Amino acid sequence: MKMRHIAAIILRQIYLLRGSPTRVLPLFAWIAIDVMLWGFITRYLNAIASPGFDFVPAMLGAVLLWDFLSRVMQGVTMAFFEDVWSRNLLAIFASPLSRAEYVTGLVLTGICTSLLGLVVMIALASLAFGLSFLSYGMAIIPGLMVLFLFGIALGVAGSAMVLRLGPAAEWLIWPLPAVLSPFASVFYPVSSLPGWMQPLAYALPPSYVFETLRAITQGGQADYTALAQAFGLSLVYLAAAAGFFVHVHGVCVRNGLIARYSAESVT
Amino acid sequence: MTKSALSQPALKVDHLSKSFLGRTVVDDLSFSIAPGEIVGLVGLNGAGKTTTINMILGVLAPSYGNVAIAGVDLGAHREEALAQTNFSAVYAPLPGNLTVVQNLRIFGMMYDVPELSARIDEMVEMFDLTRYRNTRCGLLSSGEQTRVSLAKALLNKPRLLLLDEPTASIDPSTADTIRNHIRDYAQRERGAVLWTSHNMYEVAAVCTRMMLLSRGRILIEGDPRELPGKHGMASLEDLFIDLSRGSDEEIAP
Repeated sequence: MKMRHIAAIILRQIYLLRGSPTRVLPLFAWIAIDVMLWGFITRYLNAIASPGFDFVPAMLGAVLLWDFLSRVMQGVTMAFFEDVWSRNLLAIFASPLSRAEYVTGLVLTGICTSLLGLVVMIALASLAFGLSFLSYGMAIIPGLMVLFLFGIALGVAGSAMVLRLGPAAEWLIWPLPAVLSPFASVFYPVSSLPGWMQPLAYALPPSYVFETLRAITQGGQADYTALAQAFGLSLVYLAAAAGFFVHVHGVCVRNGLIARYSAESVT
Repeated sequence: MTKSALSQPALKVDHLSKSFLGRTVVDDLSFSIAPGEIVGLVGLNGAGKTTTINMILGVLAPSYGNVAIAGVDLGAHREEALAQTNFSAVYAPLPGNLTVVQNLRIFGMMYDVPELSARIDEMVEMFDLTRYRNTRCGLLSSGEQTRVSLAKALLNKPRLLLLDEPTASIDPSTADTIRNHIRDYAQRERGAVLWTSHNMYEVAAVCTRMMLLSRGRILIEGDPRELPGKHGMASLEDLFIDLSRGSDEEIAP
């Protein structure tokens, strides 16, 4: 892989962000709204619930960490959608850029934009509602890593779906985190899910993260074995997503979809 | 360009075919282009010109056959082969939300252009884009956008330049200037050019050789200035019309 090729994809996003407040604002605005909304809800719940349980790390923390995963996914897909919206895919895929370089560029772009969001999220939640991710102990580091990797995997898989199904498939991608959240036990333990949902929950790496963080907020210990499993599972999802993108690109090259992308289908 | 680079064809297309759902769009096409040659690829709409170009660009896989760019097999060494080429087409505009220089910088990085800033300045000047350097491409007229696209296409001094109707949306004066730039490029850099056009005057003025494509096959091939006389026609346009209608009647039930 050539760093200069990857840097070209990142530079494109920097140019777009630099010249467009409408692209910069959403990196922070939705996070700020979520912090405010869930911050006040948890504060209210703390006021009416029996004393001794702090809803701030349990609920606000969970919301924000799930939000973080969503932002990572969107960071990757947004970078890809920019090429879809500007009808740039033909020029990209006719250049010497390899598929791995292109996807790596999208992923690094997603990491940069989501890190910005993470900083704002931590600052706001800490200043306004006293949430500190440090209250989760060292487990927060592998936890964030898992959410990072799974968010990237979702973003790459989502981009592949849009590449295959055409620009109109965007609407399938935006709600992906919301569709997965009931299975990822963001707000409740996996054991509270019906039997048929539990295997699905354990197939999702974020479930392990939220189970662990929830245990910590209730005075328990971090389950590093579970986090290691989640990390491994995330790597599997990431590899599968990359393989899916390469497969879809191959299909699109065989059936001519890249050359006729706006048609959405050539069959 | 090295002597060994000049000794092999800039483009070698070998028994190239493409079928979609049983319909053959490009049918056993074989040709090559030498360094410095400008070859016109003409034909009716749907003759297979753009499909051929897409296969040479690696964005469409052939059903059968091979493409080699400067001796590098496209199927086996995609990135290495595509580094030797570049293209401009009306259906592939550069992103309108980036400025001229931003677009050229990004594509210059993708094509590994050395001393990129100096090369961008050179291209901007060559295509008379200096006053639009920092203008977003989406704000430019279609003719100006074509010039930016051509500047991008020449950024990496490609061994093979693919131009799909490059002067389709520009005024005659600018089109003439562009033709001169491409001719100069082919002569000075010994770059090969595959040029599709519906403008027979342009093909005769620019191309050293032309191929008339019909239903995915080469119908005739030769020097566009000599072909009309050889077939008893007054002009290349008359020959094009005659052969295109003839090929349609031949296939009609």
